Amino acid sequence: MFKKIAILTLVLACLSTLFTACKPAAPPAPEVPYGGELKVGVNAEITGAIPTVGEACVAGAELARDEINAAGGVEVAGKKYKIVLVVEDNENKPESAAAAAKKLVTEDKVLVHIGANASKNAIPAGGVCNDLECPMISPWSTNPYTTLRRPWVFRVPFIDSFQAGVNAWFGMNEFKATKGAVLFDIGSDACYFQGFFFKKVWEGLGGKIVAFETFTTGDKDFTAQLTKIKEAAPEVLYVPQYYDEVPLIVKQANALGLTRKTGGPTVIIGHDGWESPDLIPLCGEDCDGLFFTTHWALDIAGEKTQAFIKKFRDKVGKDPESTGGLTYDAMYLFVEALKNCGELTGDLAKDRKCIRDGLAAIKSFEGVTGTMTPTSEGDMIKSVQIVQIDVPHKAFKWYRTVEPKDYEAALTEHGLSVEELMK
Amino acid sequence: MTYVLQQLVNAVQLGSIYALIALGYSMVYGVLSMVNFAHGDVFMVGAFIAFFAATLSKLPFLPTLLVSMLGTALLGVTIERTAYRPLRKAPKLSVVITAWGVGLFLENIILALLGPWRRSLPPLLPEKVYEVYGVRISILQLIIIGVSIGLMLILDFIVERTKEGMAMRAISFDRFTVPLMGVPENRIISLTFAIGSALAAAGGTLFSIAYPIIEPVMGMMVGWKAFIAAVMGGIGSIRGAVAGAFLLGLVEISTGAIFPSRLRDLISFVVVWIILMVKPTGLFGVARRQKA
Repeated sequence: MFKKIAILTLVLACLSTLFTACKPAAPPAPEVPYGGELKVGVNAEITGAIPTVGEACVAGAELARDEINAAGGVEVAGKKYKIVLVVEDNENKPESAAAAAKKLVTEDKVLVHIGANASKNAIPAGGVCNDLECPMISPWSTNPYTTLRRPWVFRVPFIDSFQAGVNAWFGMNEFKATKGAVLFDIGSDACYFQGFFFKKVWEGLGGKIVAFETFTTGDKDFTAQLTKIKEAAPEVLYVPQYYDEVPLIVKQANALGLTRKTGGPTVIIGHDGWESPDLIPLCGEDCDGLFFTTHWALDIAGEKTQAFIKKFRDKVGKDPESTGGLTYDAMYLFVEALKNCGELTGDLAKDRKCIRDGLAAIKSFEGVTGTMTPTSEGDMIKSVQIVQIDVPHKAFKWYRTVEPKDYEAALTEHGLSVEELMK
Repeated sequence: MTYVLQQLVNAVQLGSIYALIALGYSMVYGVLSMVNFAHGDVFMVGAFIAFFAATLSKLPFLPTLLVSMLGTALLGVTIERTAYRPLRKAPKLSVVITAWGVGLFLENIILALLGPWRRSLPPLLPEKVYEVYGVRISILQLIIIGVSIGLMLILDFIVERTKEGMAMRAISFDRFTVPLMGVPENRIISLTFAIGSALAAAGGTLFSIAYPIIEPVMGMMVGWKAFIAAVMGGIGSIRGAVAGAFLLGLVEISTGAIFPSRLRDLISFVVVWIILMVKPTGLFGVARRQKA
């Protein structure tokens, strides 16, 4: 009996030393802060309705991590650091995204929080990161509220107002147009703002909006508006709607002879809401040859992008979705911020602040999704990809990249500022 | 001028589809004095049957239309037998609520079985467009308008010239006395539902060819508008439903054409409101003594 107790005590004693040994027992004044390992939190939609978005996000982050670590890590103030990912699943739920952000920031003590992707998750996660003062980069969220009045929150994609402006610029330049028109759903705030910003930039660049037509969510008949637009004969019609309404609008426009394809005066252009594998089956021939703006295309020209796509395919075995490239860029934005920061102290609060300032100080970053510069609001002035719908090949083919400098130059010429036009 | 004519063509197309659906509301109201709120969803089921007939069985236009009408007629009769007949003696409100329930049931069963994805009907009709004095009109529009008018004429013949039609009118006139005279009430009511639903299916098929995106909730808004058309024409009156539908199409398109389109629904429903203020029973409605 006595012997048994003695053994048990001994075992417990051994076990307890084992456990304490696991805990990093605050090494006194470490040589290299964080033991040479920088923790990056990834808050992704791994389960839930959009698992492929989360999958591509995590794969993009892992790809960047492996590359950086294989090259010996990131060098900050002469010291090398490896990157360690801490991945959390937010189940594509706003409340889980906030909880995951809180866990990453307070328990895992990450230096930077990457994610969440969908705006409904990124908005609450952004609130948590901003309150806890941890820098956050959302790879995919385009909703203005993700970063609005949140100095700690940044994003990789362009936002809708910027996209609408680029569409106005592209429409005017590509089709030598002066007369523009918009048709949008007045019941959807995202569509409303896009229509509004397109008009603002189009008129700012010296064009005229000859028809500014709306409809209500759920409408299927647009013939009254399209007949009216035909009467005004614009050269460009901007349709900031989604893939389920676009086929109806385009088909009716073609039947009315509004479009160039059917002998009319107008070219229809759109935004990234058009991008869906369902668009081509739903629209068919009618949509062939139309242009829209987006974040990502698999055939973007550029060595850096193509090299990334190849590496991604080798690693994951399939083509990267947009979140793959955008998260990859988010990782390198973090590296860029570290360089701008210049020194890590080991004091988490201080280093996070330094990284935030480093992100805000980025001037022009070249990623796989294009060149980008953050605004004071943490939004990106960045390249916009223009793709053309190719119905026979069932593909969205990359057409060109609108570089921010071209767009900015045109705006400056007319006395406008990009940042002002994004608000 | 071209502009006005073009908008007129747009209005006739929209009106003829509203008419096919409005007829079902009006007929059912005529014989049972109840508003069948599930009718918009019956229209949606008609569109889905047409979709499957056209994609899975690869049927051409006419068989697709007939299959959809037949299937939906059966659905209409089943709904009446299982959901409305047991409640025939119940308060009116219970039946209306049941109709809502049936509508939601149809929406959700389609949603559960097929998912929320949008589908599009293959092009069943040639997409040729004619240009007459600058007005563009497609074969599609001509067929839609033609089929609608044809079906309405057939309906008019059934109601006005056949024994069953006479029974329908009689029941609509007095639902309590007429069965006592040997008119088979249940059979006539079933027939009414069958015809009304078949017309909704025709509307659904034509609608999903003209506006080729179908989804489980598509019946809601169209159903509402057709109901408004039926009321505006004088609910219970068949010719009224047709007139109301074309009028609503015209009002919707012309307000969209004249005013800024963001005021379209606002103005068009103010017009409906004014019409009903001037003629509370609708265009063709007759003031009826409330029975029971």
